[in-house]
Amino acid sequence: MPDRLAVRKTYKLFIGGAFPRSESGRSYVVTDAKGRFAANASQASRKDARDAVVAARKAFPGWSGRTAYNRGQILYRVAEMLEGRRDQFVDELRQAGASKNAAGAEVDAAVDRWVWYAGWADKLSAVAGAANPVSGPFFNFSTPEPTGVVAVVAPDSPLLGLVSVVAPAIVSGNTVVVVASEPAPLPSITLAEVLATSDLPGGVVNVLTGRRAEIAPWLATHMDVNAIDLAGVPDDQVRDLEEKAAENLKRVLRPQDTEWTDEPGTTRMTAFLETKTVWHPVGI
Amino acid sequence: MVFEYAPAPESRAVVDIRASYGLFVNGEFTEGHGEPFKSVNPADESVLADIARADESDVDRAVRAARTAFDKVWGPMPGRERAKYLYRIARLVQERSRELAVLESIDNGKPIRESRDVDVPLVAAWFFYYAGWADKLGHAGFGPDPKPVGVAGQVIPWNFPLLMLAWKIAPALACGNTVVLKPAETTPLTALLFADICRQAELPPGVVNIVTGAGETGRALVAHEGIDKVAFTGSTEVGRQIARTLAGTGRKLTLELGGKAANIVYEDAALDQAVEGIVNGIFFNQGHVCCAGSRLLVQESVAGEVLERLKARMATLRVGDPLDKNTDIGAINSAAQLARIEELSQAGEREGADRWSPPCELPSQGFWFAPTIFTGVAQSHRIAREEIFGPVLSVLTFRTPDEAVTKANNTPYGLSAGIWTEKGSRILWTAQRLRAGVVWANTFNKFDPASPFGGYKESGFGREGGRHGLEAYLNA
Repeated sequence: MPDRLAVRKTYKLFIGGAFPRSESGRSYVVTDAKGRFAANASQASRKDARDAVVAARKAFPGWSGRTAYNRGQILYRVAEMLEGRRDQFVDELRQAGASKNAAGAEVDAAVDRWVWYAGWADKLSAVAGAANPVSGPFFNFSTPEPTGVVAVVAPDSPLLGLVSVVAPAIVSGNTVVVVASEPAPLPSITLAEVLATSDLPGGVVNVLTGRRAEIAPWLATHMDVNAIDLAGVPDDQVRDLEEKAAENLKRVLRPQDTEWTDEPGTTRMTAFLETKTVWHPVGI
Repeated sequence: MVFEYAPAPESRAVVDIRASYGLFVNGEFTEGHGEPFKSVNPADESVLADIARADESDVDRAVRAARTAFDKVWGPMPGRERAKYLYRIARLVQERSRELAVLESIDNGKPIRESRDVDVPLVAAWFFYYAGWADKLGHAGFGPDPKPVGVAGQVIPWNFPLLMLAWKIAPALACGNTVVLKPAETTPLTALLFADICRQAELPPGVVNIVTGAGETGRALVAHEGIDKVAFTGSTEVGRQIARTLAGTGRKLTLELGGKAANIVYEDAALDQAVEGIVNGIFFNQGHVCCAGSRLLVQESVAGEVLERLKARMATLRVGDPLDKNTDIGAINSAAQLARIEELSQAGEREGADRWSPPCELPSQGFWFAPTIFTGVAQSHRIAREEIFGPVLSVLTFRTPDEAVTKANNTPYGLSAGIWTEKGSRILWTAQRLRAGVVWANTFNKFDPASPFGGYKESGFGREGGRHGLEAYLNA
């Protein structure tokens, strides 16, 4: 018997900056790599998904209205907090089956990935926008703007994959509802704790744990969701979710064969951007 | 003293409309296997020509021709050579510009002033612009050596038949793709004349294929397994169906769909200019414009004055013969579209809005609708929510800038918007908040190949024009 019994963490959802249990009262058992009990994770319901969308929509004007510099500052702060929780993430990744070295390397890569995206906040417009030389006396410019509320079905790479899909969506001003990895949801809630202590406004990132096949269709059909990232969706469910997403013409990022350790490029950011072009006459 | 206008008809002698047209597949005009249909002049309901209808086997033939041309000729061709074909096409469009403009006005019903001064010059400009990209794609920001997607299936609407063809074909070809394009069933003639331009340019067979037909032909094209990328411009409802059709296929898709644009007039606007902008916004091309400024949002303090000036201006609009150079508003494109405009206008009256049109004599033959405004429109009225796609303006009022933005964004669409004010900071404040892909400030309905165009929300996704317009046709 240990001298002192550990105080365990209750893993809950992350909605609108708060940590509620599922309104359904359901939870599911998360096991470690050897099949032993690790924790009970909340099993989010349709109602939780809808609450998360409401929170994300509410947060959108404020987050997208901030200066890009300010978003970059907050995302960099997230990286600082991630670094500070390094040991906890390593423990959770080891529990999920990674070796000590591999777990350490994944946390390092996740922090570095977050820092990389943080720096994009105030550079994206320069790369994706333009002043357009139209044939007439007009000033014409195009700027990228966030698409809105993005539903993200996270991949099973429980930390690096998660960070690699959340950061590019929010850096431009989108707000997200994330469906965490179903077998390895625990790092997503620890990440939520990081976000909650990083000056990120409540509702910018919302995290749901539970059954992907149950939650994702509600998000795909939701009329107030503007885009959906299918990164973690199994091949046999992609078609159904894309059909559902067509109802309000969501932007769909299809699952790709991604090696999460590779350099990411800009496509995950530009997938959730709209280009706005403004014209004004030039004259005296 | 009032000077009357004498008729000033543009000569039809520059066009030679054949009695029947086939499909343009692999560089040849060929028979279609569906029941041929007729293209009608909407200004007098006369039959212009019999048009071949492509069935599934014809579409398949066209897709195969495009695939072979992609694999053997166009895909491997150096960009600088592709560029020169596109420059040739641009020049041929300029050389045959009057012929194209007259034919467009005859087949579509739009005033010759617009087809001659807007549509056709923009078509040439589009090919010139994208020609120059063909050998510079490595500098476009999509990686050092971006590759074409393959065969593009493209379906275009009837409101700007040749211009929409140019928006689709120019960037596709510049990026090294080959295309199968379906023009709208009511306006196929300029696309078929364009096929002749491709032959004059000696464009390799199969690079551009044109299949004519109605919805069935379009469905066969977008569902064809040999297509790598679908581009569609048209209604949101059909766009949704196409998105469902392509679900799970991994094929690329861009959609340019409907709109219900707000045209916001603040109290400090230059009102005469604003009135011109309102007229251009809703009556340009008979209002058959997806980005038309169909919801006028006017600040309450100037609403009376704006309406008075708007009505006076509308009374001077000349509705009639599309080929008359004095004509401002031409014919409605089809009987079906006229029926939809009439149905929604009746709904406007039934729901309690006030309808007004200037005194306006309409021709007895053909499809016509007088320029119309509705005042006293509520946001819940169908005429404030649904795309009418005709010369019908819904007028709403607002008191504060916040209210203007809220009302402007209160729509599932997000294609375009207009802002009229003399205050620069208010323009930028408003433009930032409008959820729309194109914002015209102190102007309206301006288009340019260098300027990205496309919508937010249910107005579709992807951009056409500019560097952004290349993305849809490249595998980065």
